[in-house]
Amino acid sequence: MLDRKMIRDLRRLWSQALAIALVMASGIAVFVMALTTMRNLEETRDAYYERYRFPHVFAHVKRAPESLATRLAAIPGVNAVAPRVVVDVNLDVPGVIEPATGRLVSIPERQRPPLNDLYLRAGDWPSPRNPDQVVASAAFIEAHDMGVGDSLDAIINGRKRTLSIVGVAQSPEFLYTIPPGALMPDDRLFGILWMRHDALAAAYDLKGAFNDVGLTVQRGASVDDIIAEVDRLLTPYGGVGASARKDQISHFFLEGEIEELRLMSQNIPAIFLGVAAFLLNIVISRLVATEREQIGLLKAVGYRNVTVAWHYLKLVLVVVLVATAIGAVGGLYLAGAMTKLYGVFFDFPILLVQAHGDVIGLAIAVGLVAGLVGGVTAVWRAVRLPPAEAMRPPAPTVYRQGLFETVLLSHLLTAPARMVIRHLTRWPLRSALTSLGIAMAVALLVSALHWLDSIDYMIDVLYDRQSRQDVTISFVEPLSLSAMHDVAVLPGVLAAEPFRAVPTALRVGHRERREAIIGVLAEPDLDRVLDTDLQPTVVPREGLVLSSTLADALQVGPGEFVSVEVLESRRNKIDVRVAQVVETYLGAPAYMEINALNTLLQEGPRMSGANLLVDSSQYEAFYREVKETPAIAGTALLSDAVRTMRETIAETINIMVSFFVGFASIIAFGVVYNSARISLSERARELASMRVLGFSRAEVSRILLGEVAALTVVALPIGCAIGYGISWGLTQAISNELYRLPLVIDRSTYGVSMLFVVVASAVSGLIVRRRLDHLDLVSVLKTRE
Amino acid sequence: MAEARASSGQAEAEQRTATFRTRDLTKVYRTGEVEVHALRGVNLSIGESEIVALLGPSGSGKSTLLNIIGGLDTPTSGEVFFRDLNLTALGPSGLTRYRRDNVGFVFQFYNLIPSLTARENVQLVTELAKAPMLPGEALDLVGLSKRADHFPAQLSGGEQQRVAIARAIAKRPDVLLCDEPTGALDSETGVLVLEVISRVNRELGTTCALITHNASIAEMAHRIVRFFDGHIASDEVNRSPREPGDIVW
Repeated sequence: MLDRKMIRDLRRLWSQALAIALVMASGIAVFVMALTTMRNLEETRDAYYERYRFPHVFAHVKRAPESLATRLAAIPGVNAVAPRVVVDVNLDVPGVIEPATGRLVSIPERQRPPLNDLYLRAGDWPSPRNPDQVVASAAFIEAHDMGVGDSLDAIINGRKRTLSIVGVAQSPEFLYTIPPGALMPDDRLFGILWMRHDALAAAYDLKGAFNDVGLTVQRGASVDDIIAEVDRLLTPYGGVGASARKDQISHFFLEGEIEELRLMSQNIPAIFLGVAAFLLNIVISRLVATEREQIGLLKAVGYRNVTVAWHYLKLVLVVVLVATAIGAVGGLYLAGAMTKLYGVFFDFPILLVQAHGDVIGLAIAVGLVAGLVGGVTAVWRAVRLPPAEAMRPPAPTVYRQGLFETVLLSHLLTAPARMVIRHLTRWPLRSALTSLGIAMAVALLVSALHWLDSIDYMIDVLYDRQSRQDVTISFVEPLSLSAMHDVAVLPGVLAAEPFRAVPTALRVGHRERREAIIGVLAEPDLDRVLDTDLQPTVVPREGLVLSSTLADALQVGPGEFVSVEVLESRRNKIDVRVAQVVETYLGAPAYMEINALNTLLQEGPRMSGANLLVDSSQYEAFYREVKETPAIAGTALLSDAVRTMRETIAETINIMVSFFVGFASIIAFGVVYNSARISLSERARELASMRVLGFSRAEVSRILLGEVAALTVVALPIGCAIGYGISWGLTQAISNELYRLPLVIDRSTYGVSMLFVVVASAVSGLIVRRRLDHLDLVSVLKTRE
Repeated sequence: MAEARASSGQAEAEQRTATFRTRDLTKVYRTGEVEVHALRGVNLSIGESEIVALLGPSGSGKSTLLNIIGGLDTPTSGEVFFRDLNLTALGPSGLTRYRRDNVGFVFQFYNLIPSLTARENVQLVTELAKAPMLPGEALDLVGLSKRADHFPAQLSGGEQQRVAIARAIAKRPDVLLCDEPTGALDSETGVLVLEVISRVNRELGTTCALITHNASIAEMAHRIVRFFDGHIASDEVNRSPREPGDIVW
């Protein structure tokens, strides 16, 4: 019997129930999408790392004898050791005018790599008898539409060699490859080439030696202790400090994405589920209020409280069920798309895409909790009343002339305006939560759109104010500053500035960071140093200039001393005073004036590379020359970096923004539609009375829409404020020592977000308004409320 | 006999200027497959400044008639004139305009706006009307100026109904249409409400149509029209209307 009533209730309330279900479904969809994608990535990562033996510890040295590998393997807790040679070289790829950078990585002569094994996608392993055969990374090969059998030129230790590609592979250490000096992956200009060990070692005078090593660690062993021991063994051979897996670039970025998904699964669904719970609460409350007498009757004829409560809870459950079904299906679909998108960013051989039962189970549980939180108080109100009291009409609603009106000079208001204000202030909590719900729609949009502002600003600061060079070249070995003459006469070079980069360990107390100190001109014009106000600053002739990220990490400020240990050549240790703290969004650099740095190193005037401004009409000639110059080890193309960055970001952000626009509309619509419907239900009688008194439809709908408008107007600034808060939280959450995002929100972002929500509110208000046209004046007035 | 009396009331009304004239008015409601004939060809004139009581059992058509002449409903066939205005020719917005300018309604359940005080309920209408009274004036007329700042929930049923009347007359309507105005009240408070209606008629010359199923209340009217099954069963002039204060039920 009651079930039939429930079905009829649902039929009557279907549009409201659906609006709520959609809000809840959005939350569940995001939840399922984020968690499923996260689990897909984690499971793929774990399987890949395990199967292809991704190391736990990484170290780079200048030159260590092979015998040292045995000593590394003897460190307690170490499982396997894989010494190898890794060198970055300039590549000349057919059809590409810019020099690309190739990372040559050695593989053992007659076996597969013990660690960082390759997933050979096509072709074969290089023959030990042919030193010019390489296996190339799949992303690089695809970017150039090359394949097995093709060849390319590389400058290997000053000599140009033609390498032939015999295989195409992927490796767990290169899931995400960033060219040296860039911020974003660039598969076109950065590739990995695996060669047999002897061929590569011979070219770099590393026969019987290695310059890079990976280690796996036994379960339960202390990675920190092992790193300390590795450092102790490698230091005499030019070790620059071992690092753990968490600092490995590719892994770091993958973990960053996984962490973002985790955050997303925790935060965004909470917004939707909170809003859905609130909407369920107001709709069920209204239903209970209109059915008060029926409830009294049911109880009077002997239905138990539990039965009555269960009846209304079933309504809640139907909504939750529909929402979970839509949310789970939608979430899984989105997770598939999202996982595929990650497949573009991260070079996985395969991506495990599957549904996880426990994620779906959790989503159902979360939906149920939200539904019950929303429904229970409303249902409780229905059951609590003794039947006799329930059968009587409720005590009339008591209105007051509020403080609000005194402030607003009540006599200036028309009676309809007063009706709006009093109705809203009569249920302040409900009105506040409704506004908050609408505000959340604005906040979601602001926090989605702000990425564009922040990233634009970051790019502007990074490339228009800070790094204004077109190209950065680095030398194989530091050169005398006098070589600047040769650099300046390269074709098309308009301006050139030298820099020196030295790997160091910076220590303050027990805090330590390994960071290259960059020696720059006191007043560079290309690669500038920006102060904390992001204005170009003069680098002091003495002392260390630290980026704020590094200063924070070391907890040190101007005037204090940092112990600097140079990690190359003489390895001298000196205490240097911090002269200034500066700002940058990329990395955590330390600077010194170039001469001061060279003095510190007790070396002559030397440089590691140069920043150049190049006439774009002469790029081709410039690059041709660079490719032919053996002393130049690598080039980073800044203008290219900006282009690739803007493109990559635009792709992702556009997808995200359209998602959020959808989500925000669902929230705005769900909240406004339901609150207007409830208001209409509560006021049907009043509005009908007014129609009888001679108010036109337009005048009457102004009361209904006025309420929606008032709630929306209040919501807009709150939404902007919450949006600012969420954006702040997001930028904090994704900022790390590799890059940080400034929090920048344009006025237009607020404007667009508010406008969008205003339109969504107006549309849903107008849909409800159409119901006013069907208001049956006579029957409304003839019945007692 | 009934025919004769009917024509006598009708004739007298037509001698005065008629406020309302209906011609062969029928109304058929369709609820699902059932057709309900609420009015079956009603011809009725209501004269200027008349109090007409519409009497009859429920379902006899009296409320339907009141709703049609009040511009809340439209007939299935036939015509209604308010003075020279053909109501049947008006669309929804024309009817709204007509209600706004010419008609005051009073219902059994007062239908006050709960969020507005007595004065503001009246203001709701005066803000809209062309030449309204002051809200205080209207409340004075129903003897409630002292309760002007109370919300409906703070007033008794009789007081609420008087506010409803004040709201109905504040725009100085040409007609006051009352549907069971005392239906929810005890006789003591009911009398107060009827006195107000009678006073409005006397002092403002407002034409009143008053629905009741209570024959004693009908005795305050100048004319008593009885309905039965969608027809006018009788229409008689009440030569000696009683003062509401003398009515007991």
